[in-house]
Amino acid sequence: MLDRIDRARRTIDEACRSVGRQITVMEVCGTHTVSIFRSGIRSLLPERLKLLSGPGCPVCVTDQGYIDAVMHLADRDDCLIATYGDMIRVPGSDGSLETRAVRGNVRVVLSSEDALQLARDNPNKSVVFIAVGFETTAPATAVVVKEAAAEGIENFFVLSGHKLVLPAMRALLGGMNDRVDAFLCPGHVSVIIGWGAFAEIVADYGRPCVVAGFEPVQIVEALAEICRQLAAGKPELRSLYGAVVTEKGNLAAQRIIAECFEPVDGYWRGLGKIAASTLALREQYKRFDAFERFGLAAGPGREIPGCRCGEVLCGLIDPVECPLFASQCTPQAPIGPCMVSSEGTCSAWFKYGRRT
Amino acid sequence: MTSDPERILLAHGGGGQLMSRLIHERILPRFQNETLSELADAACLTLPPGQVCFTTDSYVVKPLFFRGGDIGKLAVCGTVNDLAVSGARPLALSLALIIEEGLELAVLDRILQSISDAAVSNGVRIVTGDTKTVERGSADGIFINTAGIGVRLPNVELGLSKIQAGDRILVSGTMGDHGMTIVSQREGIRFESQLESDCAGLAELTCRLFENAPGIRFMRDPTRGGLAATLNEIVEGSRLSVEIGEAEIPVRPEVRAAADMLGFDVLNAANEGKFVAVVSAGAADECLRICRDHPLGANARIIGEVVPMRDAPLVEMRTKIGGRRIVQMPYGRELPRIC
Amino acid sequence: MCLAIPARIVELDQDKAVVDAMGNRWKAKTTLLPEVKLGDIVLVHAGFAISLVDEEEAKKTWDLFAEIEDFENTQNKVSG
Repeated sequence: MLDRIDRARRTIDEACRSVGRQITVMEVCGTHTVSIFRSGIRSLLPERLKLLSGPGCPVCVTDQGYIDAVMHLADRDDCLIATYGDMIRVPGSDGSLETRAVRGNVRVVLSSEDALQLARDNPNKSVVFIAVGFETTAPATAVVVKEAAAEGIENFFVLSGHKLVLPAMRALLGGMNDRVDAFLCPGHVSVIIGWGAFAEIVADYGRPCVVAGFEPVQIVEALAEICRQLAAGKPELRSLYGAVVTEKGNLAAQRIIAECFEPVDGYWRGLGKIAASTLALREQYKRFDAFERFGLAAGPGREIPGCRCGEVLCGLIDPVECPLFASQCTPQAPIGPCMVSSEGTCSAWFKYGRRT
Repeated sequence: MTSDPERILLAHGGGGQLMSRLIHERILPRFQNETLSELADAACLTLPPGQVCFTTDSYVVKPLFFRGGDIGKLAVCGTVNDLAVSGARPLALSLALIIEEGLELAVLDRILQSISDAAVSNGVRIVTGDTKTVERGSADGIFINTAGIGVRLPNVELGLSKIQAGDRILVSGTMGDHGMTIVSQREGIRFESQLESDCAGLAELTCRLFENAPGIRFMRDPTRGGLAATLNEIVEGSRLSVEIGEAEIPVRPEVRAAADMLGFDVLNAANEGKFVAVVSAGAADECLRICRDHPLGANARIIGEVVPMRDAPLVEMRTKIGGRRIVQMPYGRELPRIC
Repeated sequence: MCLAIPARIVELDQDKAVVDAMGNRWKAKTTLLPEVKLGDIVLVHAGFAISLVDEEEAKKTWDLFAEIEDFENTQNKVSG
């Protein structure tokens, strides 16, 4: 493995020298962010190669309006909240799910199936599943919505915060941060949508797109491939996660997403409103939609004063450039979600490497 | 026709007949020693010469029973280990039980037996105790507090201030076993596995070390917060830094796999049968040899060394791919992550 | 972190499976991989199998885990 790392580093070094200027690569997958930090990859890269963490953490890009909707539901006596662990400490305008957990109506689940089971086990409560995540987790939500429909379950609801990666990448390149030279593409999202989905980024924006696995050596090799392409001046689409990702992706998963959801305009923290970027339940499944059932709206919500999560997400600033980072905003007392989610950029920086 | 299992009633803590029966029928017979049998208000002990070490811990683990142990075994080993890593030979423990109304007596019996077995295998006596009962809903089954007394071995000088640059960091075995085992059995996360808690008393091994290897500067058992917390405590307290090698840290494959699956960090997971020691460079090989000669130290490793602090006391790790990253103090509870 | 390790399907009843990774067993649904069968290796995420994994690739990942078990044989002396 160390041979592979050495070879990849040599390729990166040569390519960087050849390109002759700063190269900015953005990764858009929360798991890549953590893997990169955990393995100390940045310490192995040349100064010239800047690796940015983009909006890959689904909890981080979730707008304040959605988070406040979650808190509102958690405050209701007739609701049981089922959520992935990621959401527990995210701060709303007034406390988090963690501070509300003492009331006993917040349950951490590992799977959407657990959330549905909660509904079966608690017929007197409305169970609301906090459905966040990109295309990787959306199919899991769709499956249980269909199961609930088939079983005639009436106390199960989904608060859909599912987001789509490609619209975000386009928004980033279209205005927010067009200094990005290339993308390290998300592995698990690619499993679902197929690596071929990123072809449009290469075609429309001329940026190399390389899909990488999560092992550090796979990430370093993907960076080497990106650098090689940039040095050659020929942006391409490549998947280096061959054992697991196919060009077309998981068709069954795509079908079930399409059956249950439709893309609608949505608010993203830091990126603002992006057209057709968020998944909402289709008409025939609207009875499971928590927004509808409880009269809530997802929207930009109230800004958190001083918080620069949005700019961190877009790669416009590093966490260290946010005045609140590590002083007022720490994992113990987070101000914005970037510090809370274990894959939030600020959290990863704080946990694994304060120094650049 | 089955009858209801016998359960603890509030009256069992009331100081009257029921409590007396509980003590005489279930507790005393398991902890056969003269001091306890007197049931005096205080245990009066004559200790061997030496500095007296005294510690206490409360145990509230859930679930009560897990692979490799239970709350009872934990209550003995945990307190024994606090004395052990302080350089003491543990001698006697107090045992305070806070039992929830409704706990099955059969469950209590199992826990008491575990406590008894652990006390015997660790060479300590339970010399005094207390029993209280609380209303249903107030105590997760049972809470236990143990306080322990031991006597320090001669010539033991331990302290964060004794640590110097050049000292080595030694761990007595695999990391994260207990923490990941407990997590694997928690409600909602339950999965079947071969994970097993490493719950064990270390006094025999630590005494051997203190008696035979000079140059031990500091020792701690990395319980809550795991190795990461202990190393961070060491750097903060000594105002030095530590560099460790990820490849040197012993972790069982199934523990690592479970941690990755749930999004946990093995370095933050609790250990209940391990210690971390800071030893002088000259003593390191001998300490390693002594550990590996003992069943509880078979997987002992030197994982790093103490280095001078630069701008701040840090724990830095050389990763498996040759990179470097900082190991931060873990913050609060780890939760399973999906994304 | 959603680092799904490859896991082998050791039980399968319609779309309800039990998967095994390094001796740890979890429940997972195979609804998104209708063609999957007992013995296949899959990537599990949020309780759902999302992709088949090549046997070779899975072995490589599992080996990376197992390699840490080789404590006794490594030189772990200060003087070494």
